[in-house]
Amino acid sequence: MSGEFQSRFPGYNVLDKWDSPSWNEQTRRVIKDRLENVPERRFFSEQEWTTLHAICARLIPQPDRADAPVPIVPFIDKKLHNNEGDGYRFETMPPMREAWQRGIAAVDAECRVRHGTAFAELPDNLKDATLRAIQHGDVRSETWRDLPAKKFFEIMLRQIVSIYYAHPAAWTEIGFGGPASPRGYVRLGFDRRDPWEASEAHD
Amino acid sequence: MTDSPRAKDGRAPDVFRAGGWIPMRCHRDQDEVDFVIVGTGAGGGTLACKLAEAGFSVVALDAGHFWRPLEDFASDELHQQKLYWRSERITGGDDPVTLGSNNSGRSVGGSTVHFTMVSLRISPDRLKSRSRLGYALDWPIEPEEMWRYYAEVEDALKISGPVHYPWGPPRGRYPYRPHEVNAAGLVLARGCEKMGVAWAATPLATVSAPRGRAHPCVYRGFCAIGCSTNAKQSALVTWIPRAIAAGAEIRDLAMVGRIEIGRDGMATGVLYHREGEWRRQRARNVVVAGYAIETPRLLLNSACPMFPNGLANSSGIVGKYFMPQSNHAVWGTMEEEIRWYKGPPCMAICEHWNYTHAGKDFPGGYCFLSQGPLPMEWSHSVAGSRGLWGMELRQEMAKYNHYAGLKIVGEVLPQEKNRVELADEEDELGLRIPRVIFGYGEEDKKLYGHAIRFMRDCLDAAGGKDIWPEEDTAHLLGGCRMGTEPANSVTNADGRSWDIANLWICDGSLFPTSAGVNPSLTIQALACRIGDRIAAMASRGELSHPARAFA
Ligand SMILES: Cc1cc2nc3c(=O)[nH]c(=O)nc-3n(C[C@H](O)[C@H](O)[C@H](O)COP(=O)(O)OP(=O)(O)OC[C@H]3O[C@@H](n4cnc5c(N)ncnc54)[C@H](O)[C@@H]3O)c2cc1C
Ligand code: SF4
Repeated sequence: MSGEFQSRFPGYNVLDKWDSPSWNEQTRRVIKDRLENVPERRFFSEQEWTTLHAICARLIPQPDRADAPVPIVPFIDKKLHNNEGDGYRFETMPPMREAWQRGIAAVDAECRVRHGTAFAELPDNLKDATLRAIQHGDVRSETWRDLPAKKFFEIMLRQIVSIYYAHPAAWTEIGFGGPASPRGYVRLGFDRRDPWEASEAHD
Repeated sequence: MTDSPRAKDGRAPDVFRAGGWIPMRCHRDQDEVDFVIVGTGAGGGTLACKLAEAGFSVVALDAGHFWRPLEDFASDELHQQKLYWRSERITGGDDPVTLGSNNSGRSVGGSTVHFTMVSLRISPDRLKSRSRLGYALDWPIEPEEMWRYYAEVEDALKISGPVHYPWGPPRGRYPYRPHEVNAAGLVLARGCEKMGVAWAATPLATVSAPRGRAHPCVYRGFCAIGCSTNAKQSALVTWIPRAIAAGAEIRDLAMVGRIEIGRDGMATGVLYHREGEWRRQRARNVVVAGYAIETPRLLLNSACPMFPNGLANSSGIVGKYFMPQSNHAVWGTMEEEIRWYKGPPCMAICEHWNYTHAGKDFPGGYCFLSQGPLPMEWSHSVAGSRGLWGMELRQEMAKYNHYAGLKIVGEVLPQEKNRVELADEEDELGLRIPRVIFGYGEEDKKLYGHAIRFMRDCLDAAGGKDIWPEEDTAHLLGGCRMGTEPANSVTNADGRSWDIANLWICDGSLFPTSAGVNPSLTIQALACRIGDRIAAMASRGELSHPARAFA
């Protein structure tokens, strides 16, 4: 499925609560940093950076924010630059940094085997078809031989969505209340909403 | 966030005041303290308090930070990853367990700093599952005694719970009144009523009324990434301040790499890394409370010529019989707005299948709870487990406020092949990292199959649409199980290792069976009991004799 994103919460923006009692100082500090200090490329090569951008644009398409998409690749680059793991590595996978470098190269290699060109050069429908094949482990390139395609896809997707759904723009679009401390919530029941929560459009 | 220790030079952070300090008694490394404790979570934090209150000198070390929640905890999932154990571990087997944020904390207060506060007792029959129900094995402690310690912990944490708890033998009133159940919990209630089974407001370790300097819960819903208001009764704001007041010393950012053994085969203290250097704390007794992966890892990493297979391991089962709990879920959308981000994530519970045997084709038990994942965690389910991406993912995520879900805490039976062992790789301190091997058994699969069917019907009866299931695990138990026989357990019922009389274990790794309830109340009850037992043994002069003599 592609096309436009349909918001259920028109007019809502979690950032409007910035100065309200829902946001404490430490949260403002953390989110300000996320919004203002988008990391530079330090870990990936230019080629890897380009391919991963193209992958993110399919896994989390943002046609509604063509000018200013939520940045994802820079935060993955930062994590890898700092070598900050998640606390586990699947036995079948190489160490984190190597997994990303080899995985991204394998996505390109898979596209070359199938379509004779790198991922970023493909039209959207072929990009999606290739990603879906990789997601299901249905791969042809030799590069996957000791890198399980399915697992790599799963790890990559999890990382990408983690960064996207940690961005206020994503909180806004799903109608999440956002940061809530010191003020929490009062109305907890079915169809109950505090005045500082998103109100949903009913069609 | 600071990267140098806070608890030193005669003071420790005051968890109830931004920038605040409290006085703390400090020991020198060369002082031989009565007890050094490795880890300050549900097991170690509780025991530090009990032992200090009994008059022992105690130093408790934790690899993690000593937080002041009021100033250190942001309302942000990514930032709060700082609460989790994120050093490398390898996970494998037929059903590799997801680690990190899924189950492992690294802070003063341990995993209770980010736990979701569900505070349940294991049913008496499940504590004696072999003799009463014919499966797995018995705990080496009488259920009546465990239930007395549950009451002690419930009072210490001022658990907020229902006036009448529908399952099991009668229990006293919970100290604080129950919380108002949120819509996500009311979905469970509605479903259970339609299915003809009981439900209850979950007994929770977050206060429903003021307690000292802790405010009541404000239903902000960020519990799993740390409670910034101190309503949550974690070890960090309960046992730890009590321990310090009673004279215990807590050392933060202190990673223990090795337990040292003297020529007589007794433990002499620990080697730990703090402020860039390796140091040695001497002690008359060593307690390991690092949770089900780090505890066996430390025992195995402490191998020495006298104990070449690791400490306390003459049985060869250190690290074995490791058990996650199954944590399978069903998710569906509701007509109503649920907004499950409000309130603690698990406000309603059904323990029916822990207490009923009819209609089951497996021996274990499970409970199920209502849910309230934050957006990032929820995206892991929708993208990770369901495999959605692209605009389809964004559009599905936009139903966030209408989703409801039910999730089990399921008993996984002990199997020798499920284990924690050492990998050949080393961490940044040169310590071998753990490898965790896990695969479900047939009975475990039947259990979660049953749970998914039952919960699907329940959610459907409550009005859920487009229901889909998810596989997951939670809570790590076993690996150093207690028992009555030195040949098939690591410690006796007091957490005292069979092989080394002054080496103790006090955490989730002691569990012989996992049971179908969240474990932290039980870990704390065990710690209270171990503390009392140690004090009693000391008064009888039995501390210096080997455990086997008193088996
Ligand atoms: C997201 C989440 C939600 C949870 N929700 C619930 C719930 O609702 N109810 C419930 O009952 N349980 C819950 N749990 C589980 C519960 O928190 C744990 O089972 C419990 O805290 C384990 O207690 P423990 O003492 O064994 O270990 P922990 O509490 O994890 O403490 C171990 C401590 O030891 C330290 N440590 C380990 N090795 C070393 C070393 N070598 N040197 C120094 N320090 C070391 C660690 O830093 C850690 O702080 C939850 C867990 C998670 C992750
Ligand atoms: S819901 Fe309550 S316990 Fe959870 S983080 Fe908020 S105040 Fe703390």
